[in-house]
Amino acid sequence: MRYDPGLAGFSAGETRFERIMKRIHIDIPLFAGLVTLSGVALVILYSASAQSFDVLLRQGIRLLLAMAVMLAIAQIHPRHFRFYSPLLWGVGVLLLAAVLVMGEIGKGAQRWLDLGVVRFQPSEILKLAVPMTVAWYLSECPVPPAFRHVAVAGVFIAIPVGLIAKQPDLGTAILVGAAGAVAVFLAGIRWLYLLVLGGAGAGLLPVVWHFLHDYQRDRVLMFLNPEADALGRGYHIIQSKIAIGSGGFYGKGWLQGSQAQLEFLPEKSTDFIFAVVAEEFGLLGCLGLLAIYLFIIGRCIHISLQAQDAYTRLLSGALTLTFFVYVFVNTGMVVGILPVVGVPLPLVSYGGTSMVTLLAGFGILMSVQTHRKLLPG
Amino acid sequence: MMYITNPQRESDYGARWSLLLIGMMAAMLVLVGRAVDLQVVDRQFLKHQGDLRHMGVVPLPAHRGRILDRNGDLLATSCPVKSIWVNPKEFEATEAQYQTLAALIGETPEDLKRRLGEAGTNRAFVYVKRRVSPELADQVTSLGLPGVYAEEESRRYYPTGEVTAHVLGFTDIDDNGQEGLELAFDGHLKGIEGARRIIRDGKRRVIEDVENVRPPVPGKDLSISIDQRLQYLAHRELKRTVQQHRAKAGALVMLDAKTGEVLAMVNQPAFNPNSRNGTVPGSTRNRAITDLFEPGSTMKPFAVACALEMGAFRPNAVINTSPGLMHVGSNVVKDVHNYGVLDVAGVLRKSSNVGVTKMALALPPDKFWDFYRDLGFGQVLSTGFPGEAQGRMPDRKGLRPFAQATLSFGYGVSASPLHLARAYLALASDGVIPPVSLLKLDRSPEPVRVMSKKTAMTVRNMLEGVVSADGTAIKASIPGFRVAGKTGTVKKNAGRGGYQSSRYISVFAGMAPASDPRLVTVVMIDEPSAGEYYGGAVAAPAFAAVMEPALRLLNVLPDQDMGPSILSAQKEEVF
Repeated sequence: MRYDPGLAGFSAGETRFERIMKRIHIDIPLFAGLVTLSGVALVILYSASAQSFDVLLRQGIRLLLAMAVMLAIAQIHPRHFRFYSPLLWGVGVLLLAAVLVMGEIGKGAQRWLDLGVVRFQPSEILKLAVPMTVAWYLSECPVPPAFRHVAVAGVFIAIPVGLIAKQPDLGTAILVGAAGAVAVFLAGIRWLYLLVLGGAGAGLLPVVWHFLHDYQRDRVLMFLNPEADALGRGYHIIQSKIAIGSGGFYGKGWLQGSQAQLEFLPEKSTDFIFAVVAEEFGLLGCLGLLAIYLFIIGRCIHISLQAQDAYTRLLSGALTLTFFVYVFVNTGMVVGILPVVGVPLPLVSYGGTSMVTLLAGFGILMSVQTHRKLLPG
Repeated sequence: MMYITNPQRESDYGARWSLLLIGMMAAMLVLVGRAVDLQVVDRQFLKHQGDLRHMGVVPLPAHRGRILDRNGDLLATSCPVKSIWVNPKEFEATEAQYQTLAALIGETPEDLKRRLGEAGTNRAFVYVKRRVSPELADQVTSLGLPGVYAEEESRRYYPTGEVTAHVLGFTDIDDNGQEGLELAFDGHLKGIEGARRIIRDGKRRVIEDVENVRPPVPGKDLSISIDQRLQYLAHRELKRTVQQHRAKAGALVMLDAKTGEVLAMVNQPAFNPNSRNGTVPGSTRNRAITDLFEPGSTMKPFAVACALEMGAFRPNAVINTSPGLMHVGSNVVKDVHNYGVLDVAGVLRKSSNVGVTKMALALPPDKFWDFYRDLGFGQVLSTGFPGEAQGRMPDRKGLRPFAQATLSFGYGVSASPLHLARAYLALASDGVIPPVSLLKLDRSPEPVRVMSKKTAMTVRNMLEGVVSADGTAIKASIPGFRVAGKTGTVKKNAGRGGYQSSRYISVFAGMAPASDPRLVTVVMIDEPSAGEYYGGAVAAPAFAAVMEPALRLLNVLPDQDMGPSILSAQKEEVF
């Protein structure tokens, strides 16, 4: 692959603007992509929230705060991430355990940790901590990693994934697991191990099925045949399909979607916001939104391919792919090719915590990109 | 690449990324393919499904027509009311709100909770209270509880209440005719529901009226033959009579002698059509049309008319009724007293069974039977009223002498009060019978002749003798008017051919003014039990009490030529 040196690295032809951005550790294409996405997201959210300025304002403030976090993280040198990776993992797992124990006391699902001032989900920490820790561990190992190294990495992944799944928060568990798995994959795990692991995973599916909650099984079954219970458990997916389909090629127009505006579509400002896009902006709108995502993902892949050491490569690769999985699981769920799991459409769905984590991840990617050193070669 | 630390890792890393890229692209292709599938291929179907969900057609209720009396006074109308319903899936209320709501609709909070709880989440529609005033409905909806709605309905209201209850009947809670004229003319009154297209949201609330698909066609008004003023009089007097004589039931029919229109038709016991809670079973029956009884002596004028019409007797013929009983086959016909030798008028005046039997037996049975049939006995009257009784007659074939004899004095034949009144129309309107009608008629229908004018006038004249000091019905007389009529005191049939000695029906059928009758009225009192039971004592006074003000209301001129009977009656009063 060849990259445009003007965008990718140091070059004599840099403009003043580019030098300044580089100095403050902002990756211009990634930042531009994220800002575009955020702008589009606010337009969609305005329609999906029944034209509530209040919702818009709160989301805007969250975006600004998250952007600030991203830029702050981008200033930190990757070696610091590396150093603190296991610590972050440890703190995250402890918080997860704390949440679970409190959940036991409080009876019922517990994802939130109330720190008095702010409430946040510890599982969000693990979205970053797991790929960081796996990358930290495997970057120290020889390539390809030996079986025991893979096993240890597996433990780093399995513990938080298990705790999160127990909350129960299947969506986040999948995202965290995917982040760790991608890091292991990119670290050069032997194809043989991969095959064995894949086979074992497939073999374990019935066991996993056994441990799923009833409502989780329902969701999976409903995704296969939503019409079986059109007014009950299949309601979400049917209304979503109707919204998407009735949008057609050009869509019904902004604020004109009958499914979205008349409250047929459930969770329309959060998990099912993609259906609002599809109904009001049609196939063109969907492709446009996906194009923005793909641009961001493309830039992230570029960054991870250019990363200079094993740790940053693995970490950036894992974060990139997690972002993709995020987008795909949500849109796949909305269009009905994946079961309904609670994964928001990143940066577009209304909501706070995941946004901070996501943009923090992009901060890491920016840090990786902007802290590179020109090596002699 | 320039910055490579480990060539082996680098090459592998790129390869792995390529693999991931292929996977991502495949996933994206599936996603986009699915979007194209939904948005291009399945679009029409899904768009239609969406329209089905938010576009709706709701009925627009058509206003039910009013019922008016012959003078245009209101007898039945529909007023707007509201019904309150709840969607239990959306309903939420605090304990205090439960109590407020329950108090407003007049229920205990427990009952309300149970009803909404039983409906559970399986239903999205539960009526909480139907047909409340719009004000109360507004109070309920202004509580602002989620899932509580009010819908517009209409409720039938009868300003004249129990006075017209039997004739009008009533409607059910959905305003469909259930009884009486409301049922008979349901199609006429009902109108045609309209439809409007609306847009609904996911909670089934109406967001927007799009268009009226079809405007509702309101039902048409119905003008009926009843005169509300006469109806009131009749109701008042019948009720008083039934109470005074502690009777089981009663009915009164008043017909316009010229047109056959029913001017008044009342029954006891009655019911309140505006609130049918606690209505006694049977009290909703319009006995004047639906119930049959044996007319007894009120039938005698027809036997006499038949004998005169056929020339078997002349009006001045004399008939020996001694010794007050006669044998017909193996049966005996008796009179109350031995009246000795009577003329034809005397037979009616004294209501002699023996006399009328002798006249009837002189007639060919077939002709006699046909004469009764022509008068409408045993025939459908075609009023269209639900449950109209046809009446019974013995078989025409092989009419035995005793059956012929009983027919002449009104046993072995059954008729409704309306049948009887209709037959008296023939005597009142000089031998012709116009069809009876419960609807106001614009022009007089073609009457049917059943006897000659001469016969009708002769019998009518004789019936004036009944309402005299010498007859059985002096109490039916009305000052200033000549009244013709006949009493009946009928032993009630106990079934299987026997008669009860202690249960009677008191009847009076009559008309006024006798020189040119305007009104024909039949009063039937079932089982008077306060001592008196003769038609002349129970039914006749009620007749006079109704007819006197009725004639005045209708501005009927008193008879120019006061007959001898009335003069003698007045003389008696003077003395």
